[in-house]
Amino acid sequence: MLSAAAALIPLGYLAVRSFEHGAGTVWRVLWRDRTVELAARSLALAGAVTAACLVLGVLAAWLVVRSDLPARRPVAVLLVLPLAVPSYVSGFTWIAEWPVLAGFSGAFLVLTLVSFPYVLLPVAAALRAADPGVEEVARSLGKTSWQTFLVVTLRQVRPAATAGGLLVALYVLSDFGAVSLMRYEAFTMGIYTSYRATFDRTPAAILGCVLVVLAIALTIGERRARGAAAVRSSRGAPRTAAVVPLRRARIPAVLGVLGLITVSLGVPVYSLVRWLVIGSSAGIDMAGLVSAATGTVTVSALGALLTVLMAIPIGILAARHRGPVVRGVELASFAGHALPGITIGLALVFFGIRLAPALYQTTPMLAFAYAVLFLPLAVGAVRTGVSNAPPVLEDVSRSLGKGRAATQLLVTLPLAAPSIVAGAALVFLTCAKELPATLLLRPTEVDTLATELWSKTEGAAFAAAAPYAAVLLVVAALPALLLDRFLHTRGLP
Amino acid sequence: MTGLTVKGMVAGYGADPVLRGLDLAVPDGGLAAVLGPSGCGKTTLLRVIAGLHPLWEGRIELDGRVLAGDGVHVQPERRGIGIVPQEGALFPHLSVAGNVAFGLSREQRRNGRVDELLELVGLAGFGRRMPAELSGGQQQRVSLARALAPGPAMVLLDEPFSSLDAGLRDALRADVRAVLRATGATALLVTHDQEEALGVADLVAVLRDGVVAQLGTPQQVYGTPADLGVALFVGEAVTFPGSCRDGIVDTPLGRLPANGRGSGTVLVRPEQIHLNGGSGIAATVTDVLFHGHDATVLLRLAGGGAVRSRVQGPVPARPGDDVTLTVRGPALFFPGA
Repeated sequence: MLSAAAALIPLGYLAVRSFEHGAGTVWRVLWRDRTVELAARSLALAGAVTAACLVLGVLAAWLVVRSDLPARRPVAVLLVLPLAVPSYVSGFTWIAEWPVLAGFSGAFLVLTLVSFPYVLLPVAAALRAADPGVEEVARSLGKTSWQTFLVVTLRQVRPAATAGGLLVALYVLSDFGAVSLMRYEAFTMGIYTSYRATFDRTPAAILGCVLVVLAIALTIGERRARGAAAVRSSRGAPRTAAVVPLRRARIPAVLGVLGLITVSLGVPVYSLVRWLVIGSSAGIDMAGLVSAATGTVTVSALGALLTVLMAIPIGILAARHRGPVVRGVELASFAGHALPGITIGLALVFFGIRLAPALYQTTPMLAFAYAVLFLPLAVGAVRTGVSNAPPVLEDVSRSLGKGRAATQLLVTLPLAAPSIVAGAALVFLTCAKELPATLLLRPTEVDTLATELWSKTEGAAFAAAAPYAAVLLVVAALPALLLDRFLHTRGLP
Repeated sequence: MTGLTVKGMVAGYGADPVLRGLDLAVPDGGLAAVLGPSGCGKTTLLRVIAGLHPLWEGRIELDGRVLAGDGVHVQPERRGIGIVPQEGALFPHLSVAGNVAFGLSREQRRNGRVDELLELVGLAGFGRRMPAELSGGQQQRVSLARALAPGPAMVLLDEPFSSLDAGLRDALRADVRAVLRATGATALLVTHDQEEALGVADLVAVLRDGVVAQLGTPQQVYGTPADLGVALFVGEAVTFPGSCRDGIVDTPLGRLPANGRGSGTVLVRPEQIHLNGGSGIAATVTDVLFHGHDATVLLRLAGGGAVRSRVQGPVPARPGDDVTLTVRGPALFFPGA
């Protein structure tokens, strides 16, 4: 409860700010043509990117988990790695190579390429956990493997796919880096320009509120679309599904996967390497690089830790109980995710200066901002892990003399641990990539890779920026690798 | 001693009670079976006794201590009641020893209690295995050892043998009975399998429509069922409409001794009907269902109607054969039905 309340602080700030000049101002800003236009543009982008990510993510997950695609393990790693590419790095490389992409197409391309792993990861996990018996029955009843995929497999992964899709949609709504680089006027751009244009923060706050409402609507929609969770109905030890031979589809599948890896990972890496080569002649500031890397790891690790600690109670509630209060708590934890980092940053600046000056521009404050921003990632992971832990085990623990709290500590959390660790890894790499809130809230003496990268690219020093981008990719790639390992070693019955 | 006493238990889900005023008493150290069809509330009964599901009305006492009712609700961890869920439900992240030690204090763990229990259930030396490396029967044994480890006053077993194959089931049943006797814990087992309930328990409670229709020894429940429903549920039966006068009923199988008066239903167990070549009721064999240790012979009576007979050993007839039947022992008579 407390976690969700904490996540609501920035929302409170937004509401206070919005109504500072009375309800009249709110209506005026809301019904401006531009507001509606911005909302439509953001929603169009979010819809298109989410659809593309669902298709790419589900197909790729099926290929790496269930088909006889060659070199599935390394391919799976390479497909998860685009998560480590910040949207502004990816956007920068694409626009630098192909300026014609500016606008919707560029934003769509970049956001799809950096966020399809949000769908791939949960779907791959669901495919691994799904009961192959149901598919075998479908085949025995005369369905082809393609029909079985459509009728049975897709149903089994639907909850995972919609959860991933929600993350993508929220990410797109709140993204600032890619849309600003691609000069696509989305809602976040609108907030930013209205913030920059005047010293009056009210319109920016009102627009921020609209974004929150959109996010809540999406979250409710996802709950509707999630459908009944795919619970194994049959008993007995779960088996691993047989590998499906691709046969004639093998070559197109290989080409498709290679193409996806090339555009999502190859292009940014190639571009970075080119800049590195250009920049190395000018010499690299090793000391600066090391201190920025240390800064990133420190604040990201703290952010991930705090986020997971806040997510555990919400995730357990969401997995074990139903009812309007629980849904409200879960929704509140999701609200932060749709807010652009800049809004959360400003909200906490306001909050920090007025109410907690001792915390303003300290690492704990930054970690808290990360927690508000990325709580949904961790809540989703905790919820998944806890729902996979059979409640009967908690009953047994209670009957053996352990109270509620001891049971959660000794039974529920260890069973959910792989999932929670995966969530922490995801939050860590997302923190490492985060830019606007970090810029506003970091302690003055701390530089991170993202902030250095930003200050270098602002001065168009691309060659000087490249080493920071490269190290950032590596730092973010490590937890991405962990995520992939988690998918392969998950051996819980 | 008092053991478990349940009085007027009402409990359910949403607004619908599943258990509607259930009474049950199990003496201290006794092993009782609750027998009922699937979905009749057996698991709910166990969960309410364990404190995992709220009691709406009524009262639960264990060895004289009120566990629930009269405004009292003792938390499950303070009841001293162990549970053995369906399919064992071992903690997958803990070893066998870790599972058994889960409910023990630090001191008890050091005193070799874990080894003692593993030996008791016949799994000495299995402590370091993980649950996934055990067979279904072994998992059930560990689950029982885990439930017994803290020395509970009572153990609840939820269909503990239903997921096992037949041979294993018989062996485990006998072992569980012996282990429960050895520890002296009061035990309540729920099952939908008549043979299991009658074979393993000292006391059988037949659960129907949320109340106990009959509570008695296996012999009482099978031999003198409280009503026709219980009689049909606890075993196979051949029934005829008939009337009873002066301790005799007239049936298509002849005149049989029975208790009661008036018109109603006459019930004969298939094992009472014997096939022989001598004098008796004429019938034709329509089919033979072979079970290995015995067989069921389906028969059409010359006077009309179908009956079944349970035959031990080699079957003396094949489909199409004409035989004569005799009935041994008294019939059961239920007036009115």
